[in-house]
Amino acid sequence: MTGESCGLFEYGHRACGGCAAAMAARTILDAAGKDTIIVSATGCMEVFSTPYPDTAWKVPWIHSLFENNSAVASGIVASLKKQGRKEKVIALGGDGATFDIGILCLSGAFERGHDFVYICYDNEAYMNTGIQRSGATPYDASTTTSPAGKCSMGNRRPKKDLPMILAAHGAPYVATASVAYLPDLKKKVEKALATEGPCYLQVHAPCCTGWGFEGEKTMAIGKLAIETGLWVNYEMEDGKVTRVKKVVRKPVEVYLKEQRRFRHLFKPKPNETEIAKIQAVADRNAERFGIDIKLKK
Amino acid sequence: MMEFMEGSHAVAHSVKHCRPEVIAAYPITPQTHIVEALAEMVANCHLDAEYITVESEFSALSACLGASAAGSRVYSATTSQGLALMFEVCFNCAGMRMPVVMSIVNRALGAPLSIWNDQQDSISLRDSGWLQFYAEDNQEAADLHYLAYKVAEDRNVLLPAFVCFDGFILSHTYEPVDMLTQEQVDSYLPKYTPVQRLDSADPISFGLFASPEYYMEFRYQIDQAVKGAAKTIASAGREFGEMFGRDYGDLVESYRLEDADCAIVAMGSICGTVKDAIDEMRKDNKKVGLLRLRSFRPFPHKEVRAALSGVNCVAVLDKNVSLGTKGAVALEVRDALYGQQVPVLDYIIALGGRDVRKKDIRAVVDMAGQGKGDLFYGLRQELVS
Amino acid sequence: MALGLGCSAKPGRAKENRTGSWRTFRPEFLHEKCTKCGLCSLVCPEGCIGEDAEGQPVPDYDYCKGCGLCAEECPSQAIEMKKEEK
Repeated sequence: MTGESCGLFEYGHRACGGCAAAMAARTILDAAGKDTIIVSATGCMEVFSTPYPDTAWKVPWIHSLFENNSAVASGIVASLKKQGRKEKVIALGGDGATFDIGILCLSGAFERGHDFVYICYDNEAYMNTGIQRSGATPYDASTTTSPAGKCSMGNRRPKKDLPMILAAHGAPYVATASVAYLPDLKKKVEKALATEGPCYLQVHAPCCTGWGFEGEKTMAIGKLAIETGLWVNYEMEDGKVTRVKKVVRKPVEVYLKEQRRFRHLFKPKPNETEIAKIQAVADRNAERFGIDIKLKK
Repeated sequence: MMEFMEGSHAVAHSVKHCRPEVIAAYPITPQTHIVEALAEMVANCHLDAEYITVESEFSALSACLGASAAGSRVYSATTSQGLALMFEVCFNCAGMRMPVVMSIVNRALGAPLSIWNDQQDSISLRDSGWLQFYAEDNQEAADLHYLAYKVAEDRNVLLPAFVCFDGFILSHTYEPVDMLTQEQVDSYLPKYTPVQRLDSADPISFGLFASPEYYMEFRYQIDQAVKGAAKTIASAGREFGEMFGRDYGDLVESYRLEDADCAIVAMGSICGTVKDAIDEMRKDNKKVGLLRLRSFRPFPHKEVRAALSGVNCVAVLDKNVSLGTKGAVALEVRDALYGQQVPVLDYIIALGGRDVRKKDIRAVVDMAGQGKGDLFYGLRQELVS
Repeated sequence: MALGLGCSAKPGRAKENRTGSWRTFRPEFLHEKCTKCGLCSLVCPEGCIGEDAEGQPVPDYDYCKGCGLCAEECPSQAIEMKKEEK
């Protein structure tokens, strides 16, 4: 089948083998269809998919800067409205672009209520520049700017709760998803696109290169994040949590020990204190979202 | 039709006549009267545009970039700190060849904070690939917007453009302005048809990254487009003159330069004062003339050389300073006159709103005659010694 | 070749870049074990697993990077990763 096309996200892109962001891009375009304009922030996905002139995108696509995709999307939405055109607009960014440098534009666009969908592929650090911490990096993860060391246990802060911040802007639909559950992601993209107003989707995208696991384990790691309660897949409509993926929870160690970024928590022996803090994060998530499935005795 | 109007309102009306489809702007003194006037036009259905009240200048220009890429004629206005915040997007707009037109109501850049006029803001974007026009009065400020759209959207140009005019001195001053009618503007400025746009029927990718094998060629093309814009400005400016009697085909304006010994070079509203001072000096038999630059980008090297080759000295009035060297205009004028043996003296003047009067222009000419220059003019020595 | 205005490009040219050369391990599809569930095709980050007339998965080795996700996720163990022989 060489030479045939493969959907709206063309093969030949330069993502690492096993890349979750590439899976997300394929799934998003599969859900959105060809009448969609994509506005990418600078980042891994932008770089691996568009070295001139080899773009992987087969829908109209634009990249301007790192931190302005929401503002560029605002302008596109306004222009389409003025022209009476019906294309959908999706802004795409990594967690650095979304949580940190682009939050001004994101907040402004959501407050103004433009009809577009913002999708963050969240791989929990600046991967494109070499695995530096971002506002989405979880507690104790070792990155190149939050390295574990003699007097450091890695990243000192928990992950910023961006979905809640955007829900507080009055966004009609906010949801989290994971590449570990692609049909669910696809459904959420469809739902966000069908909802009028600014919608936000945050997709957990385990990064084999940045987190330190083999590329074939991308989905397995994503599943473990959900099964331990460290990532929760949920939907919020008009500010209220309406749907949550429930699990029979596993202890956080099963997730942590599979990844190089948490290896320092287990060497030379498991660091009970720190692991307990991370377990507490999962426990809080479980309580807040009610994710625990109670097994019958 | 002659109307007595505030500069900002004249500009807002000419922008309205250009039929922008998307406007995105963020309020900043002294630009506010323009964007308020446009908002009022939209609110009263006098202007059929999408008006995005963005949360920063950075987003204002980013939104314009997006709307331009989607195929709309767009407009924004800013000044000073706002333009500095747009720095990154400015380079992006030019590199992505988006014909955005933006009014720059020239104002000083902090620190120290100042809301008053000089031209440091737009001058500091001289390397960005935007065309830069400077107006002397409100009539020209209004007219240059028509010209800016016409040139920016020309298929041989496709570059963004600043229309610069001095904050407060022009923006908040009432002058008689001959406002064109909508029909007149429509007959000059055709509806915008983008060369390419974001469109699912032809799904192009915009803004890829360029490896070292490509980057220089892209930059070369932008440079060629800026330089080549001179030709388009000439034809579009002449056409404007033929239609409405005010010719903007020249990138420079010469005033009593033919027999001048000393030439002043300047941009913007200061040129009105300079012309009056020249008239006075001429009465005293001082042969002084003015070369006013209307276009700073593209820089009119040929015209400057032709106009100034015969004079004995050149005094450049720079409402900006490239700290550590000289004023930007003087540097370029010297470059244009390289090898001509004409002394070019630089006067950093009127920074942060310091007033300039005819006597100051006469003083500058006297200093130039004595070979004294390359200095900040009018410094309060007691504060700096 | 003229440059695309403002560094723009025609859609889908990434296909010119054959990433199959990156591969160290090669997925072998065991048709007798395959239940044609389509999961391999769904999870492939390249999107380079198609299907034949019988609905059996067919990888495009010109683009397959050999990441092994398909083999890892296959519920029937119908995909084996073998060392690439070049």
